[in-house]
Amino acid sequence: MERPLTKHITIGGDPLNLAEYEKVGGYEACRKSLRTLTPDNILQLVKDSNLRGRGGAGFPTGLKWSSMPSSQNSPRPRYLIADADEMEPGAFKDRILMEGNPHQLIEGLIICAYTVDTEIGYIFIRSEYTLAAERIRKAIGEAYEKGYLGFNIFGSGFNFELRLHVSSGRYICGEGTALANSIEGNRAVPRHKVPRQTESGLWGMPTLLNNVETLCNIPHIINNGSIWFKNLSKCKDGGTKIFGVSGKVKKPGAWELPMGTTIREILEEHAGGMLDGLKFRGTLPGGASTDFLVEQHLDVPMDYDSVQKAGSRFGTGTMIVLDDHTCPVGMVHNLESFFARESCGWCTPCREGLPWTAKVLKAIEDGKGEPGDIEILEFHIRALGPGRTFCALAPGAMEPLRSALKFFREDFDAHIKEKRCPWS
Amino acid sequence: MLSDEIKSEIHCGISACPTRRCAILEALQIVQRHHGWVSEERLKAVAEFLGLTVEEVDGVATFYNRIYRKPVGRHIIFVCDSVSCWIMGFENILDHIQKRLGISFGETTSDGRFTLLPIQCLGACEQAPAIMIDGQLYGYLDRDKIEAILGGYE
Ligand SMILES: Cc1cc2nc3c(=O)[nH]c(=O)nc-3n(C[C@H](O)[C@H](O)[C@H](O)COP(=O)(O)O)c2cc1C
Ligand code: SF4
Ligand code: FES
Repeated sequence: MERPLTKHITIGGDPLNLAEYEKVGGYEACRKSLRTLTPDNILQLVKDSNLRGRGGAGFPTGLKWSSMPSSQNSPRPRYLIADADEMEPGAFKDRILMEGNPHQLIEGLIICAYTVDTEIGYIFIRSEYTLAAERIRKAIGEAYEKGYLGFNIFGSGFNFELRLHVSSGRYICGEGTALANSIEGNRAVPRHKVPRQTESGLWGMPTLLNNVETLCNIPHIINNGSIWFKNLSKCKDGGTKIFGVSGKVKKPGAWELPMGTTIREILEEHAGGMLDGLKFRGTLPGGASTDFLVEQHLDVPMDYDSVQKAGSRFGTGTMIVLDDHTCPVGMVHNLESFFARESCGWCTPCREGLPWTAKVLKAIEDGKGEPGDIEILEFHIRALGPGRTFCALAPGAMEPLRSALKFFREDFDAHIKEKRCPWS
Repeated sequence: MLSDEIKSEIHCGISACPTRRCAILEALQIVQRHHGWVSEERLKAVAEFLGLTVEEVDGVATFYNRIYRKPVGRHIIFVCDSVSCWIMGFENILDHIQKRLGISFGETTSDGRFTLLPIQCLGACEQAPAIMIDGQLYGYLDRDKIEAILGGYE
């Protein structure tokens, strides 16, 4: 099985420096792109590859790139941003990619920048990713020194400046429009989605945003073609995916596997199954802001459409596992406290509703729940649902709660009836 | 209020910024790197230096959890309190650290050695429970490991 993204990554080891990266074929895709391919060629390759965004929403990457306005008569500069904010609880895949092979990301960025004609790029990284930032900073330095960043890259006449932007915290910064506000030196509240960022993003200029993992796939698509990329996968979405598992399994970790690998295979073969004495009860398949799936879903393939059909979201592809000795109410309380703390405060339903939700869950968990509490939670699930708030944070926050009430309702009822947490 | 060194660092940082506003976070990060936190006086000085109002700078400073508006200790311990660490029992780790140092979240030890703060998922969920001290990540924690780790910070 091929593992293009992680082939040259040794967990716990040093990443390849520029010379070593080139020795294993690094920057070949970049050289080929800038010297022999037109932006249209590359765009077509990416479209044909069926690569979908790995940042959570699964938007087709080729389609997103083609929504950048044409270069003629376009205001300049145009910007490209790698979203390296990774703060979704349960997600740690972009860290592995950045710590493990920073040049792969830089190469993906240069090819993308050439394709959509942007001259300035940012890697927007969260402040706790200190090791990743250090390695990226070093790699950017090497790339400048070699002339792979800056002016007239590979003699093609193409110029590209790349900057590392170290953030100062807050989950909402990972949301594309909030991220733009943050780089501009504003409070990181989201912006209107119309016009799109590709029309009017950073400082009102055309701006393209992609997730780190999305960009890391680009050099491999150029090197091996779109058919090869599609064949990596077990479903119609192209490529491999870094899947992760955390919680009480034998071997928590991350593995690069074909897109469309089943939840069961990931949990049992790669994560080694549950710790002895524990049973699987459910999982948030794509990080904190996705709906629980349960035992009946174990054979669902991990791809965007299948997970959606099963009633959840593919999200970041990093699963959090709930076992049969951990309280689902406590877990959902933890999740909603996180979302309440991270609400940016811009719109009322989220700012007021999330703390209320967390408070009700805390009361239930502490044995102080009352009969009407479930209805209050259900009210919030509706009031903070899609279209009711300014951005996707609040609807995302409601997903684990909604599905917990569906699958673990008896646990909520037991807490309220017995006036205590049955697990403590 | 701002040393020449800080001013020149901010100056360097700004060179890539198309607006002065976009330099705010970087300037605050620089001040914090030198002084540990951002006092009222230094925030005013940053505003003055960038030619912005105090409100503009304060509005940004108060949004971000990694800009400290109160004094902090020599070392900052971040304990991840997000879901995977919760499942893996971060509360035990937190309880142990709190008893050991005699402080709760948001507090600093009286000798100024440690400040204890919560943090959202550190992106190390496979190593849960995890903490971070001064940018260094520690995973797969238990009580014994905590002892050894804390001993390494003076
Ligand atoms: C609250 C919130 C936080 C987000 N955080 C991240 C993040 O940390 N990293 C990321 O790549 N995308 C994040 N996203 C998704 C981005 O907005 C965006 O969809 C994605 O980066 C686009 O890249 P892609 O097309 O390559 O997937 C977040 C979205 C929301 C609503
Ligand atoms: S939904 Fe929450 S995070 Fe999003 S804009 Fe509204 S308050 Fe901010
Ligand atoms: S939940 Fe603690 S590191 Fe992810």
